[in-house]
Amino acid sequence: MLSRALGDSHLAEDAVQEAYVIALERWPRDGVPSNALAWIVTTARNRALDVLRRRSRGDEKMALLARLESTQTQDEPDFDDVSVADDQLGLIFACTHPALGLEARIALTLRAVAGLTTEEIAHAFLVPLPTMSQRLVRAKQKIRANGISFAVPDAAHLRERLEAVCTTLYVMFNEGYAATTGDTRVRHDLCNESVRLARLLAELLPDQPEVHGLLALMLLTDARRNARVDENGDTLTLEEQDRKKWDRWLIAAGLAHLGRAAEFNDDGPYQIQAAIAAVHSRAESFAKTNWRAILTLYDRLLELEPSPVVALNRAAARAMLHGFDIALAEVDAIASAQELDRYAVLHSTRAEMLRRIGKMPEAAQEYRRAIGLTENLAERRFLERRLESVLH
Amino acid sequence: MQYMCLIYQPVDAPEMAPAEYQKLFEEYGAYTQAARESGKLVAGEPLQPISDATTVRVRNGKRTVTDGPFAETKEWLSGFYLFDCDTLDEVLDWAAKIPAARDGSIEVRPLMVIPGMRDGHPVAQ
Repeated sequence: MLSRALGDSHLAEDAVQEAYVIALERWPRDGVPSNALAWIVTTARNRALDVLRRRSRGDEKMALLARLESTQTQDEPDFDDVSVADDQLGLIFACTHPALGLEARIALTLRAVAGLTTEEIAHAFLVPLPTMSQRLVRAKQKIRANGISFAVPDAAHLRERLEAVCTTLYVMFNEGYAATTGDTRVRHDLCNESVRLARLLAELLPDQPEVHGLLALMLLTDARRNARVDENGDTLTLEEQDRKKWDRWLIAAGLAHLGRAAEFNDDGPYQIQAAIAAVHSRAESFAKTNWRAILTLYDRLLELEPSPVVALNRAAARAMLHGFDIALAEVDAIASAQELDRYAVLHSTRAEMLRRIGKMPEAAQEYRRAIGLTENLAERRFLERRLESVLH
Repeated sequence: MQYMCLIYQPVDAPEMAPAEYQKLFEEYGAYTQAARESGKLVAGEPLQPISDATTVRVRNGKRTVTDGPFAETKEWLSGFYLFDCDTLDEVLDWAAKIPAARDGSIEVRPLMVIPGMRDGHPVAQ
């Protein structure tokens, strides 16, 4: 009951655990209260409220607080909301139709669904205003010319179209999360906006496990936001991050949505990626990471999405479990197919592995290649520092 | 709305055995019939292979006629279907069922709608 009110079973679990601990401390001293269960529930609720109030995450906290504080009253279902919800869903599906390019989908969703101004979107993506205006105009034109409908797809088409929605939101999130040039606050806003949209999607389609998976992935990733960058503005790897700076509230919320997704017993790429993020989130330290679990998850992800990028990520996980020599052999095999030749991460991954086994000149070569293919300035600075380290 | 489905097939597709070719021929027959019966099909034809193509260009008043398609491409235009559907999704479903979609590409593009014109004739507004 508490977890439903909170929409977050882990926060609820933690709160209830704490309530029991307090009971064990107090009851021997003060005597057992006449309604023990009610006492537990009330105490747990209060603990959860305390945790929420201590948080500084504005709108999510507000929404949860409102829900929790109103658990006493049952609201009548509002049928007006149903048609509004359908309209919103139809709009989301239209804006993210695969017939539109990904950039167009992101821009259009931010404009039409999230209500950002064209200026705000241009600013977020560091493009001139006329460019963004044109992008939006062309996208709307394509929708009109092609008769793309503002309807929720039927069951036969839902999975395919939902994948397009999720990809749009996830790439949008990554734009905000991974890019570190330009206005940091703006990039945070982009993250927040995509999380907000994913939450909306989860409200509108609560029975779609991949939607919960997407939201879980975003929350678990976002939880690391404050630990990713050091005082100099340089990127820190998972290994280097101070895990005390990870946002436990976001992790709890992410795990709750992952748990909700798991109930449907219908896995998918976003759920798997969220599960991988969850394994990291649960590890006290990089050294204590359950790499076997991560490798198993990557095996499954590769089944669902047999792409060289997934294979590459899997090889990186393998390195932690089976050593860098074996992993490097796998990366070389992936590289020989040449599909990822212009993908910076292939070269930076290879460079890292070569560095670890002491092949410095080869590592330097790969770092240079990666630098040449990276546009992100912070990423480039990171790779340049690595290059320096193998040259001396 | 009318949509063109342009059928492109890989240039380096392996030769088909006569039995395979017959099967494909029958598939197209069944598809075209279903499309016609749905009332959504406006037109649809296969094209002769690109070895039978001729390209015409007029530059600065001078006409050149060359053997072959307009450009050497990895995929060649092998046919088309013209559909009249209400939404893009409707025609995409038809396009996905074209046998060539399995190893080629179907480009779906709406016909240009010029206000005041239909089928090349002016119409009263």
